[in-house]
Amino acid sequence: MTLVGTSLPRIEDRKLITGHGRYLDDIKAPGGLHAAFLRSPYAHASIRETDLSAALAMPGVVAIYTAADLAALLPGGDRLATGLPSSAIAFPLDRPILPARETVFVGEPLALVVATTRAEAEDAAEAIEMDMDPLPVAATLADAVAEGAPPAHLDAPHNKLAQFGFDYGNVDAAFADAAHIVQGTYEIDRGGAHSLEGRGVLAAPDPIGGRLAIWSSTQTPHALKRHLCRLLDMAEDTVTVTAPDLGGGFGPKLVTYPEEIAIAATARALGRPVRWVEDRREHFLSACQEREQLWQAEMAVDAEGHILGVRGTLIHDHGAWTARGLNVPYASGMMLPLMYDVPAYRLDICVAVTNRVPVTPVRGAGQPQATYVMERLLDAAARATGLTREEIRRRNLVTPDRMPCPRPLLLRSGLPVVLDSGDYPATQAAALEASDWAGFEARREAARKDGRRLGIGLANYVEGTGRGPYETVTVRVARDGRIKVNTGAAAMGQGVGTVLVQIVGSHLGADPSRIDLTLGDTAEPYGFGGFNSRQTVVAGASAEAAAKTVRAKVLKVAAHIMDLPTDGLEIDGDRVVIKGSNSGRSLTLAEIAGAAEGLPGYRLPGIDVPGLMATERVVIDGMAFANGCLVAEVEVDVETGLVRVERLELAHDCGRMVNPVMVDGQIMGGLAHGLGNALYEKMVFDEENQPLTGSFADYLMVTAAEMPPVGIVHSETPSPINALGLKGVGESGVIPTAAAIASAVEDALKDLGVTIDTAPLTPAALRAAIVAAEAST
Amino acid sequence: MTDKTKITLTVNGTGHAIDVAPRKTLADALREDCGLTGTHLGCEHGVCGACTITVDGAPVRSCLMFAVQAEGADIRTVEGLANGPDLSPLQQFFIEEHALQCGFCTPGFLMLIDGTLKQSPDITDDELTEILSSNLCRCTGYRNIIRAARRALDHARTTTEPAA
Ligand code: FES
Ligand code: FES
Repeated sequence: MTLVGTSLPRIEDRKLITGHGRYLDDIKAPGGLHAAFLRSPYAHASIRETDLSAALAMPGVVAIYTAADLAALLPGGDRLATGLPSSAIAFPLDRPILPARETVFVGEPLALVVATTRAEAEDAAEAIEMDMDPLPVAATLADAVAEGAPPAHLDAPHNKLAQFGFDYGNVDAAFADAAHIVQGTYEIDRGGAHSLEGRGVLAAPDPIGGRLAIWSSTQTPHALKRHLCRLLDMAEDTVTVTAPDLGGGFGPKLVTYPEEIAIAATARALGRPVRWVEDRREHFLSACQEREQLWQAEMAVDAEGHILGVRGTLIHDHGAWTARGLNVPYASGMMLPLMYDVPAYRLDICVAVTNRVPVTPVRGAGQPQATYVMERLLDAAARATGLTREEIRRRNLVTPDRMPCPRPLLLRSGLPVVLDSGDYPATQAAALEASDWAGFEARREAARKDGRRLGIGLANYVEGTGRGPYETVTVRVARDGRIKVNTGAAAMGQGVGTVLVQIVGSHLGADPSRIDLTLGDTAEPYGFGGFNSRQTVVAGASAEAAAKTVRAKVLKVAAHIMDLPTDGLEIDGDRVVIKGSNSGRSLTLAEIAGAAEGLPGYRLPGIDVPGLMATERVVIDGMAFANGCLVAEVEVDVETGLVRVERLELAHDCGRMVNPVMVDGQIMGGLAHGLGNALYEKMVFDEENQPLTGSFADYLMVTAAEMPPVGIVHSETPSPINALGLKGVGESGVIPTAAAIASAVEDALKDLGVTIDTAPLTPAALRAAIVAAEAST
Repeated sequence: MTDKTKITLTVNGTGHAIDVAPRKTLADALREDCGLTGTHLGCEHGVCGACTITVDGAPVRSCLMFAVQAEGADIRTVEGLANGPDLSPLQQFFIEEHALQCGFCTPGFLMLIDGTLKQSPDITDDELTEILSSNLCRCTGYRNIIRAARRALDHARTTTEPAA
């Protein structure tokens, strides 16, 4: 019996709903100390003298570490090399654990206080006197790459970390021959991930065994372990890293942070547990962020609305350090033309170092911005050609008969991009139908009579999911007959545990209550963790393979003992039974596991390798592309610039679904985040790059009141690149939302000729666009 | 500043005699001194609602209240919702409606709704949405939370039986 495709209730829920989850700060550490960081008040400054005397005299203080003190505890080096490699990077920007001479963003950790309580540590951190000289900063992204801009790092030649791009087809010829050329300048702002639980780390040394145990609210425990072993110069088997229950991740928890290393180093030095738990203000100041990009783009189309080419430039805000690499702007550039037929494409990308929190993926990772730009261009092209917005898209979408469809683009691995499966035009048609797109003019008219101004918009997207190369999964039937699943896949709140239980359980008795999971297992040497909507796909593939291998072994041993052919047997709950027989003859999994271990001097029962265990690392190089189409209906108040989203209808295809209710949940969460990016969420900085949004009071998150009713239409085109036909879905909802809402707002204001080219579209930004449109007519 | 006061907090019907500094918040006292870590902190500045509990029946942000202020009050936290192994109807509806993912905001929402159930079970959908908009969730997109809360309200009005 398969559990795949059923909406099994989540195995995670019960403990979470009763208050018995175990998040980082819930873990007790007797005798433990608390840490607080002194953080930079300047976006750019040189560090001169530090006077610790007042702080050291504060109550409860156990130790204070500056950059020099900490460097002495890090025999393997005092910088974190977390960036993915790329030959396009002009100069290295590996972040220091604590910087010694120069600070490059507001919020950068500069010193660390360890005290008996958190309040005492925070008080003492405030009492550290650090003498700093402010240095000039480039205020905006455009300024940062302008000629003569003050460098974000004193010893860097300039702020252009990397210049690379995408280029295929004869772009200039395409534009020369075009019937219409449309263009725009698009600005997407910076936002945060804002998992409700911030980052946090607890390090507990075992002075007797010389071991170090780390708990961290991280999406990638394996990466953290690698960095710890290297920087602390500790052997792999002396460090354990555990990710407890995560109160959300959404990207920023995928990189290893200086705070994690610093806490581990000080705990080891002090011989006592040390804990640091990020508060919300620190999350605003020091957890990685994303999204800010500045695009200039144009599209050439023929008289029938066929795209001839797209070209443009993209300036990408990289933040102050390289915490992940060029993956975000790369994803943006790759995504832009992916799902449409774009015969010629040239994008020049400039990655700008800025004196702001480092940029790494936040749910969506560069894809929402690219989708925004492409869909805005298509709306403009629709106007230019006189086609409807849905028709111009239909004419250009890649059609299903061409799947799998190779694209003239490369993944960052250098492999060609192949759209694996899907029916994009049908998905769009499904969204139009679900939203009653055809009936909208009547709704618009009815609303107009009530003095309300409505608009409707759409956006198509693809989502690259299932980033390889692999995730490890070990499945074992233990001596007591329970099924143990250990994996490098890490939970961050989306229910990956339930997914793996469904996949493994389908082959081993279909009883979820008999499966014990260990996620984010760093005892397993090879693993990655959660990012890029990958775990259901890659861990799912390994889980499927491992479970099948174990199943075959279970049946072989049982067949041997029962003296029956394997194909006459099946696994039902905790035992192997004879298919279609009610003889009552059966063997428990515990009995089979015992037999499979072997006996001294006897042959193994029907198997060559002892035990009921299999470890799989199924390698998947290509990506599984989920796709969808979102329709947004909005009401716009011209006087105030206020936009209210009335309804969202999403048609999507994420391959075969393991758990449809959880798929809906992922989509809905993504839509809410996308709605925030579309209208509300914006990190605001002053001229000195001082963040002005440092709390939920001034950085607006979507609440229940803003979230409109959502309709979701599923279709399931299996992916051909993994055995179960799965695709990821974790980032789907966030990708098209800002684009669809922009399209709808523009539609609501079409009689005024307003163009929408920014996200978030705050009331002030929309009012400015309306005023600009009025001035130009 | 470190002078501690002896107080007794009555949480889910059980007395906890604890020593707390005057500046210690009720949230910290519950988590650190009473060992009840089901109440979470998402912002510590009174906006996210993750720390919501009920005090004398009313939903309260425990990060904004000092522990010493809560002495003598009837404090309820997420740990007190289930009756032994039996989940409350509200908890059951949360699971059925998939109203939680990471679960970090969940105790706050449960207590917010629990307080609402007791104080004003007759509210309209709009009023309910308005009340729920005082807490933040990054995972679920809220619609399932609204559905679960609606069911709990309807259930509270129409029956005194526990949910199946
Ligand atoms: S932690 Fe109390 S409101 Fe956010
Ligand atoms: S379930 Fe994760 S924040 Fe609400």
